[in-house]
Amino acid sequence: MKGYAGNNLRIDLTDETIKTFPTDEKTMRRFLGGRGFGAKVLWDEVAGVDPFSPENKIIVTAGPLSGLFLPAAGKTHFTSKSPLTGGFGDSNMGGFFCAEMKYAGYDSIIIEGKSDKPVYIVIKNNDVQIRDASHLWGKGALTGEEIIRKDLGEEYHVSIIGQGGENLVRFACINSDYGREAGRAGIGAVFGSKKLKAIAVTGTKDIEVADYEKFMKVTKEIFEACFKHPDLKPWQRYGTSQVVTWASEIGALPTRNFSTGTFEHAEAIGGETMRQKVVKLDKACNACPMACGKWSYSGKYGHYAEGGEYETLALMGSNCSIDDIETVIEGNYLCDEYGIDTISTGNIIGFVMEATEKGLMNEARFGDKEKYLELIRKIAFREGTGDLLAEGVKRVSEKVGGKEYAIQIKGMEQSGYESRGAPAMQLAYMTCDVGAHHNRAWAITQDIKVGRDVLDGKAEWVIRLQHIRPMFDQLGVCRLQWVELAVDLNYYARLFEAVTGWPTTLDELLISSERTWNLTRAYWFREVPGFGRTWDMPPARVYKEDVPDGATKGMRLSEDKLNYLLDDYYKLRGWDKNGKPTLEKLKTLRLEEVVGKI
Amino acid sequence: MVHLVLKKENCSGCKLCEFTCTAEHFHTNNPKKARIKIKSELPKPQFDIITCNQDGVCMEVCPTGAISKKGDAYVIDPALCTNCLVCVEACPTGAIFVHEDIEYPLICDLCLECVKICPMGAITEGD
Repeated sequence: MKGYAGNNLRIDLTDETIKTFPTDEKTMRRFLGGRGFGAKVLWDEVAGVDPFSPENKIIVTAGPLSGLFLPAAGKTHFTSKSPLTGGFGDSNMGGFFCAEMKYAGYDSIIIEGKSDKPVYIVIKNNDVQIRDASHLWGKGALTGEEIIRKDLGEEYHVSIIGQGGENLVRFACINSDYGREAGRAGIGAVFGSKKLKAIAVTGTKDIEVADYEKFMKVTKEIFEACFKHPDLKPWQRYGTSQVVTWASEIGALPTRNFSTGTFEHAEAIGGETMRQKVVKLDKACNACPMACGKWSYSGKYGHYAEGGEYETLALMGSNCSIDDIETVIEGNYLCDEYGIDTISTGNIIGFVMEATEKGLMNEARFGDKEKYLELIRKIAFREGTGDLLAEGVKRVSEKVGGKEYAIQIKGMEQSGYESRGAPAMQLAYMTCDVGAHHNRAWAITQDIKVGRDVLDGKAEWVIRLQHIRPMFDQLGVCRLQWVELAVDLNYYARLFEAVTGWPTTLDELLISSERTWNLTRAYWFREVPGFGRTWDMPPARVYKEDVPDGATKGMRLSEDKLNYLLDDYYKLRGWDKNGKPTLEKLKTLRLEEVVGKI
Repeated sequence: MVHLVLKKENCSGCKLCEFTCTAEHFHTNNPKKARIKIKSELPKPQFDIITCNQDGVCMEVCPTGAISKKGDAYVIDPALCTNCLVCVEACPTGAIFVHEDIEYPLICDLCLECVKICPMGAITEGD
């Protein structure tokens, strides 16, 4: 098999066994790799178990395009049953880790069981070891990565958790390359539950492709398309931070716990201010010309962090009413070092601040920088109130009240778009297969384009994006070259064909993505009792409260509108009124493994 | 004299130079076979770009006369090289690389492919 590394690791931490198995062509033709392979393994092997039990698994995957000479060929995917939501969980990160996995010879690493003492896994080509990690346990993720790379060598790339993962914070993330995170779904806490601190990998092998000449021809065309695009330079300069002021202007920047979408201090935490005040270095992922990562330094607090990326600036900034870029960068640093997701953390602190303003809690008011930083630490170490906050905003609101403004869906804190004036984006959050996350369908540009109050056609657009964007996660590369530099989607079918030697059209890749989407939906139905339509509904703020100011002033999405969107969406997907994939749909997608199981 | 001008303060660490170097010389995907190396010094805010600066030390120390100067570049003749690695140890900039699958050390031959692809202007051609 070309394009794939060809081999996989299965590591059981309970009895410390390490096995390999070959990459299966039939499975990869159905699911491609990356997120698709992760979902397939989770469906087959993790049923009816508690996310923190030894029976849960972590599936770390590369894709068939990861590690190759093409833009941003390094999206590492982590899949597990989510301790945050209890349902399907996956999250990906940029950097170099999965590329290094492939140079070592592996398309995936499946972690099973549970160690009784802290361990980390060290992989150098065929040499795989489970080592004692007592010197790393209790250390931050950034600190731990530095120790490992000093010990083993700079050629190792590391996936590592911080104290948040060790302490089973339900939204703990996995860090790599000093600031790239698989942030969502709490898979860092699954690492922690298994006493697994880190995986370090290096390799020296070639990744062979089926038709090298054809591959190089396509790759050169893609690079040319990137280099000639006028937005390449702004992306190199600002990365995603340039989105902040735009989001505020269109009323979509989550501000003060999503109570509005306009932040009066957006410029103070936006791209230009960040570049001037804190950015020290541009930091790229594997083979990427865009260099959207920014390595920043806050002189006030004395720490470096990669960021602030848009989501972090929004959730850790405006959502908590923090108007000072250095404080946001310090919040970013603390979350990265402790290994907790900046999106969930900023969402939860925003909730705590609103609950404090409204007298339900007595923690921190909006904009209280000192308490904001203190809350991050309390969450990571489960200190005092932090012990409750570490459970996620849904559980917090069930305990203290304020469910109508706990901005989550399926138990996952919503990421950085206030969407009462953006029906497509709201529907994207409602139907995203891990909870309220933006990256499966960044649909807000369609709302701007065709109308903020238009409902018709939005479901169709969301579904289109939910097939295209996760396709990149299956291939193991970044989507930004398509989203931001207009690289034609058909290039990816041509690449896949040249790399694997399997004749493939773009439609076939998108059908694989749809197959994966239906499999992850089925996973929710199988694993979560009573799962269905009500789980797709957002909190009451979305349908009961008008946006008070800004570009979307006076807007909200009534329950009728939300149901209209869902009806349209389910119908187009071939799902029933409760949002369950129909038998016909499963058969059309050849998901035989699901038939009769949901 | 053709040579590479390295502005490491511009480097984003993307390693595209390593990819294109291997593609040019070995027609495969593997940055580990490159004649240039990007070294991360994080958390310090910098990457280092390591490649030949044409000081000629390797040619002086080579015991078998396998290294000669062609144009402005130092080139190893694999037929004469015994892979003794004396040049690797002697190189003051650590710019001669080894890979377990290749039976001779790797030195930049000034093909300039890295100059063409570097998206950050961190590697340019000087004369």
